[in-house]
Amino acid sequence: MTLLLRDLSLTYRDYGSAGVNVLENINLEVPTSSFVSIIGPSGCGKSSLCNLIAGVEEPDRGEILLDGRSILGLAGQVGYMPQKDLLLPWRTLLDNVSLGCDIRRENKRESREKARLWLDRFGLGSFAGHYPQQLSGGMRQRGALLRTFLFGRTTLILDEPFGALDALTRRDMQEWLLDVWSQSDPTVVFITHDIEEAILLSDEIVVFSQRPARILARIALPFSRPRNPDLLLSPEALAVKKQLLGLLRGRP
Amino acid sequence: MNYLKVPLWLLPSPVAVAKALWRTRALLWTNTLTTVWETTTGFILSVALALVAGLAMVLSPLLKRLFYPLLIISQTVPLIAVAPLLILWLGYGLLPKIVTVILVCFFPVTISLIEGLEVSDPDLLNLLKSMGATRWQILYTVRWPNALPSLFAGLKIAATYSVMGAVIGEWLGASSGLGVYLTLSSHSFLTAQVFAAIFAITVLSLVYFVLIAGIRHLALPWLNTKDN
Repeated sequence: MTLLLRDLSLTYRDYGSAGVNVLENINLEVPTSSFVSIIGPSGCGKSSLCNLIAGVEEPDRGEILLDGRSILGLAGQVGYMPQKDLLLPWRTLLDNVSLGCDIRRENKRESREKARLWLDRFGLGSFAGHYPQQLSGGMRQRGALLRTFLFGRTTLILDEPFGALDALTRRDMQEWLLDVWSQSDPTVVFITHDIEEAILLSDEIVVFSQRPARILARIALPFSRPRNPDLLLSPEALAVKKQLLGLLRGRP
Repeated sequence: MNYLKVPLWLLPSPVAVAKALWRTRALLWTNTLTTVWETTTGFILSVALALVAGLAMVLSPLLKRLFYPLLIISQTVPLIAVAPLLILWLGYGLLPKIVTVILVCFFPVTISLIEGLEVSDPDLLNLLKSMGATRWQILYTVRWPNALPSLFAGLKIAATYSVMGAVIGEWLGASSGLGVYLTLSSHSFLTAQVFAAIFAITVLSLVYFVLIAGIRHLALPWLNTKDN
């Protein structure tokens, strides 16, 4: 599904009369089955953008179109994954992964069958009956990602999903995400503050400015898929990295 | 045994208490059954009332603003002052005892339920909203299970207090029950029997507590798992 953001602006007014400008005229097109990362300084309004696309908040101005249809203020249209895994402690991994299907009131048996299939395919099958507190951080994050994936299917908004993981687990998760992504090609908006992560995963990187967030630059990444972490050592990747570091420090 | 020359009617020996327990076992048993009946009925009713009141106050801020202060104030009125009124209004039957049990149990259950329902992680609620969950879906998939540990803490407190509520009710006028046995024994200076009654009350309270703990174990299986 093609995700189109048109002239999005958002101001928070509950900090007194002046209000805080969070987003200013964001225009962005995320083509079908592409992986677009958004990178920017912390507190620049990336999470607010996620909330807008997820339909939890509404902007002051602008449009959000999914395949030409407005999804402004409509929840349940995309799969949204926040930084915390937010697995429900009283649900087993299988039931957690199927949470979105339950919210959609899908047939319980079918949704569990489908979830089990995905858990098996991604090496979590033997943990289906475990509660989240019995799983490692990486496994919980995988569970959260599969939950998002089973709910969103075609469009995923991932808000720093690996931000809380240690470097090794994170690298693991990145490869795993590429694996999941390659098996069904969803459209992905990926928020991160990790430059290498963005280079490794994305088709395009969008750089946000300080608040109020504007789009500073859009960098297309020409690397072929499937990708290998070694590409981060190639001269092209290093050039992109240098460019990104400059942009984030405020020196283009 | 009796080195300090404490008279038996003041402080009976454990052996005397055990003997009293055995001698009056039939009487004690029938009185205990009355108390069990009052306590159980009162407890179940107060849980039902607490569920309705707690949910209503969580779902409607207006109801909470109206009734939450009343709930607190109701707990500051000493039970011992209200109980005679209940006898006056409701007679010597089972009803006033059931009401005293409800007065004791309703508060901890309601408060723990309200607290539990209100502490859900805002990020989690946001996630459910992003999935398009309705208010009711959020209530029963997140807020209710999230409230259960707190609710069970309240139930445990209520379970141990419930027997005391019934006994206080019986003290003030009843034909049967552990409170009656207690008063009669105390008025007749049968101190060993007083201790026997205290023993029975303690055991009964413990039984209720263990029962609630057991239900909690079955109802909240995710809390019984060992962390890895």
